[in-house]
Amino acid sequence: MAKEFIKGNDAIVKAALLAGCQSFYGYPITPASEVAHAAAKYFPRVGRTFLQAESEIAAIQMVYGAAAAGQRSMTASSSPGISLKMEGISYLAGAELPCVIVDIMRGGPGLGNISPEQSDYNQVIKGGGHGNYRLIVLAPNGAQEMCDLTFKAFDLADKYRNPAMLLADGFVGQMMEPVAFPAPIEELPAKEWALRATAESKDNLVNSIYLDNDELEQRNYDLTAKHDEIEANEVMYEEYLTEDADMILVGYGIISRILRTVVDLARADGLKVGLVRPITLWPFPKKIFAELSGRINSFFVVEMSEGQMIDDVKLASGCSRPTHFYNRMGGNVPTVDEILAAVREKYTATAV
Amino acid sequence: MAKLILQKPKGFYDSFYRKPGDKENTHYCPGCGHGIIHKLIAEAIEDFGIGDRTIMVSPVGCSVFVYYYFNTGNIQVAHGRAPAVATGIKRANPNSIVISYQGDGDLAAIGGNNILQAANRGEHITVFFVNNAIYGMTGGQLAPTTLPGMKTSTTPYGRDIQNEGPPMKVVELLSSLDGPTYLERTAVMSNASIAKTRKAIRKALQCQIDGLGFSMVEMLSACNSGWKVDPKEQYKWMEEMMLPTFPLGVVKDVREEREGWFRETRTMTDEAIKQELDLTMPEPTIFPSELKKGSYHNPSIKLAGFGGQGILSAGAMLANAGMEQALETSWIPSYGPEMRGGTAYCFVNLSNKPIGSPTVTNPDVLMAFNRPSLEKFEAEVKPGGLLMYDSTIIDIEPTRKDIEVLPVPATQIAEDLGNTRMANTVMVGAYIAQTGIMAPAAIDQTLPLALKRKTMVDANKKALAAGVDYVMSR
Repeated sequence: MAKEFIKGNDAIVKAALLAGCQSFYGYPITPASEVAHAAAKYFPRVGRTFLQAESEIAAIQMVYGAAAAGQRSMTASSSPGISLKMEGISYLAGAELPCVIVDIMRGGPGLGNISPEQSDYNQVIKGGGHGNYRLIVLAPNGAQEMCDLTFKAFDLADKYRNPAMLLADGFVGQMMEPVAFPAPIEELPAKEWALRATAESKDNLVNSIYLDNDELEQRNYDLTAKHDEIEANEVMYEEYLTEDADMILVGYGIISRILRTVVDLARADGLKVGLVRPITLWPFPKKIFAELSGRINSFFVVEMSEGQMIDDVKLASGCSRPTHFYNRMGGNVPTVDEILAAVREKYTATAV
Repeated sequence: MAKLILQKPKGFYDSFYRKPGDKENTHYCPGCGHGIIHKLIAEAIEDFGIGDRTIMVSPVGCSVFVYYYFNTGNIQVAHGRAPAVATGIKRANPNSIVISYQGDGDLAAIGGNNILQAANRGEHITVFFVNNAIYGMTGGQLAPTTLPGMKTSTTPYGRDIQNEGPPMKVVELLSSLDGPTYLERTAVMSNASIAKTRKAIRKALQCQIDGLGFSMVEMLSACNSGWKVDPKEQYKWMEEMMLPTFPLGVVKDVREEREGWFRETRTMTDEAIKQELDLTMPEPTIFPSELKKGSYHNPSIKLAGFGGQGILSAGAMLANAGMEQALETSWIPSYGPEMRGGTAYCFVNLSNKPIGSPTVTNPDVLMAFNRPSLEKFEAEVKPGGLLMYDSTIIDIEPTRKDIEVLPVPATQIAEDLGNTRMANTVMVGAYIAQTGIMAPAAIDQTLPLALKRKTMVDANKKALAAGVDYVMSR
């Protein structure tokens, strides 16, 4: 199929429809509204449901209902809206309902602003909602991945009966790039557990309440086993020029694109710098950091937040190497030059 | 053989197997109205023969365990959210009969907006709303329906309407909306009132079965433990305390005026889906081109000017065409504070390797369409880079000596063609001619996609050619 030149936000919607998504429940919020606009345009065209809910809270609960009924269903929002959806996300995880949630992150805390930030990392990776649950979180860094990882998110959600999130920012959402869209999927996975309004599915129950302590404990152990399985099987990351590197830059989303250029420029200056870019933020690519820490001098984490993912880098590497940090906040996207200057300052070659 | 004269309705499970302990009786307190209401619903489900396609939505509250009892599909949901969840279920499966069973704290307090909006949408669901003027499950707290002066665990001195406001009359509230089809308030306190409730429940369900829209029955119901009233006195209490505030009867019934309808489901072929998603790009033709200078290789380009000069679309035109020539391309508009102060700009990258940062501090190429852009961004251009500017509009000259400068009277050329708004396309033509990065035919090929107004395609082709000619004839 020929490529389309398309905005990341639009690519999500077309990819979702090709992936068989049957309903989109939205609520307006900048900078995620574009996703809802595209969904409102395209979902009805192919006979799927688009509904603007009365709130973020209602939107995620409509997704809960649709997912329980067996649909591939999704919603999209931005940081303050994601905070509101946390109740529903915990229930979805508790009832083991698959769905896809898109977060086009913006500046916070509070109303913050509408410019790109990466300060939702903690709320989406470390919980946000109550209880022991995990959200599968995929971080695209361009329009093609907005498409590919939307597909992936639906597949993983169904495979593990777990909500999955596409975590992007306004920068990736606004950027236009060529996208090769896959063909529409042939068949959706069967969902024996779903409420299909048939005699066969009548005994099905979608539920997250277990009053008996032991029963709920067992339930949690079962979820933990599932989380372990996801961690064992679904980690995704990208390495760039890491083999002989002394310093490893770490960043996700749009930052990883900027870091790629930083690596090229640093290399041109003779600095042995490489890049690790987590694609799944949960499950976090722990192993590669543990591995690299045995042969590099330092890590250098760049985030558009106060420093949230850096904790996971430190944990994964056992704090065994200096972990430098550079950040911008408030909607400022760091430039190649400012990062490069910071990298030069911290760079030291590994003694042989 | 003994004649069977009484049995559980088939709408219930024979044995409440999900319930811990006793599998025969409900978990409700003696005298509680929930049991009677459950039975009326279960009988209706059996009589209507809808058990297989019914989904019961269990709320939070005393009726959190509705799924212990009903021989239907079951789902338990978050506090107050039942109408939103029911919406998702019903939309997913228009053939299902979706019943939201809610108490007053759940429906009228925390879920107030959810019920209001579902009712207003005329959602094809049925809500059975149990009003007992108190929170039961959580320990007898104030509900929106708690009566004035009534003592609860959070109004130990009685509901003070100056503090908590007066009781909320839910069916009356919803009746002000055009959305709902059928709204009635009944009571569960005497044989006669139970018979009326039975009838109301059936009307409400029939309303959904017939595709007539949103139906709800508010049922006044006893909670002697929450009220701290002797069970023997509970119906008297209801009569004296509740009925004056919550009058019984049909509040809205427009079933006769409405036509039944059902959402249709549609299946489409792959081809039709791609068509509807505008994914019908033909395989592009690659037109040979030759770079005129090594420094024109893999450019990062900044286009800047006033909003309305077509800066963003000129960038997209270039990037879109580049993609069709098998280049890696990216386009990103200025974002955030830069948009203020007289300049709008975008970045375009054209490259034969993966593009890292879509924005750079020092672009290889600057196309300036107004004076503020030239003044602001001239210094940014990478040494050895290319600066192009609209010399019709910009009345100053660049001062840098370490870059290549190309004035293009783009607005004048566009005006000669009859439309100054095409200055952006002229500039694009001048750029590709100057650099040789792609053939004019490559831009022509994607113009229909890049332009919102398809009637402008031919005129823009001319503008592009004029930009090319300008450079070639210099």
